[in-house]
Amino acid sequence: MNDSITKTLAVAFSVCLICSLVVSSSAVSLRDLQKENKLNDRRLKVLQVADIYDPRLSISEQFLQLESKFIDFDKGRIFSEYNNFNIDEYDQVKVTKDANLSKAIPASDDIAIIKNRENVGKIYILRDELENIEKLILPIRGYGLWGTLYGFIAIESDFNTVSGIEFYEHKETPGLGAEVDNPKWKTSWKGKKIYNNNQVALEVIKGRVEDGDSMSMYKVDGLSGATITSRGVSNMVSYWFSDSGYANLLKELNYES
Amino acid sequence: MSLKRYQEVIINPLIKENPITLQILGICSALAVTNNLSVTMVMCVAVTSVISFSNLFISLIRNYIPTSIRIIVQMTIIASLVIVVDELLKAYDYETSKKLSVFVGLIITNCIVMGRAEAFAMKEKPLVSFFDGLGNGIGYSIILIGVAFIRELFGAGTLFGYEILPLVSNGGWYMGNNLLLLPPSSFIIIGLFIWLIRSLQKDQIEEDDFVVSKHSTSPDLTKRELNV
Repeated sequence: MNDSITKTLAVAFSVCLICSLVVSSSAVSLRDLQKENKLNDRRLKVLQVADIYDPRLSISEQFLQLESKFIDFDKGRIFSEYNNFNIDEYDQVKVTKDANLSKAIPASDDIAIIKNRENVGKIYILRDELENIEKLILPIRGYGLWGTLYGFIAIESDFNTVSGIEFYEHKETPGLGAEVDNPKWKTSWKGKKIYNNNQVALEVIKGRVEDGDSMSMYKVDGLSGATITSRGVSNMVSYWFSDSGYANLLKELNYES
Repeated sequence: MSLKRYQEVIINPLIKENPITLQILGICSALAVTNNLSVTMVMCVAVTSVISFSNLFISLIRNYIPTSIRIIVQMTIIASLVIVVDELLKAYDYETSKKLSVFVGLIITNCIVMGRAEAFAMKEKPLVSFFDGLGNGIGYSIILIGVAFIRELFGAGTLFGYEILPLVSNGGWYMGNNLLLLPPSSFIIIGLFIWLIRSLQKDQIEEDDFVVSKHSTSPDLTKRELNV
């Protein structure tokens, strides 16, 4: 009889065993490929945000144009050697789980709701032929509606003008918050200014930026139907360009040039 | 088993017994993934392979599945196949898998897969079950591709991402229909497909479940009321 308890248990057990074997072996055997895809996807976003991506060339090859550097947020310094980390493998999000390599952000300062900030971050630099900095590509992250958005923001050599923004991972609602991936909206960031009198002024507003608004260079259109996501993006820009983020570095670089 | 039987299980679900337009199953994914043809194609391949293989494996062990736990056994097999498909997509077509996001995982809850397992694979031999799954998968794909074709062409002016109707916003002449880019438009398009298929195949038209009563001002009724 198929319906006896022993038979039922035996079938249930063997089905589970076989299925779990199939699932786990596929997961393990494909892990390397998936990891590479993920890395390439992130590199692709860096290239896109720097506006130097050429689909005809390989991603890893093009990535060599960029210089990766560690950054000390508090001192505003960039450097190439940090403990024993390999810069290509250094994951600044992962190290926030390690109390020695990161610090908890006091709740009152944590406007981007990221809880911990790494002590040392990683940025990418694009240089022109004369070895001067042409663009800086800075990772940013912050909480939206459903989860943390991870992305990059590229800024021009005046260290104040945005040249691009890209998100490589988020959980926002398709069609509403997920419109952060909308090319049109991303282009609207180009040319916006971050600081006004040394204060972060750039924000995503609710609704559209009106024509003739004298502050329009500090304002980006909100995403319709996604107020909380828009506010999240706004907050993450405020956080990452404050003194806890990249402000010290940018001041330092401005001073040098 | 005769060749005719195989033909039947593959050909019938295409139009005559189409899982979407006749059985009205698997509508959710038809809404969610049809605004872009290339994404839709990947989804169709994923669903078709899951239906075919779940039918095959369930049919192979159909004589050993205790009736008391048959649904959960089917689910386990279907879910495992879906996870494998998801892993494969992430490894070989990362871009599309990012766009499909949760909808690959949601193949588990696609009623067509479960429906074919329960209605066909539990009774029939493995090979014919496999082909039944294939037929139903293709039937599902035909409708999805049809919907995606209309949505992408008239919504975004492109097909497979290539520009066909140049949009006004890109300096062309075509004003994209934004409604078509939103999920509810698939409801309308699928409805039109059902109308089309049923006006060609009259036997698909169902009898009314109820008879509409006569209007209260109809002469009959008035007369009767007067009598009272």
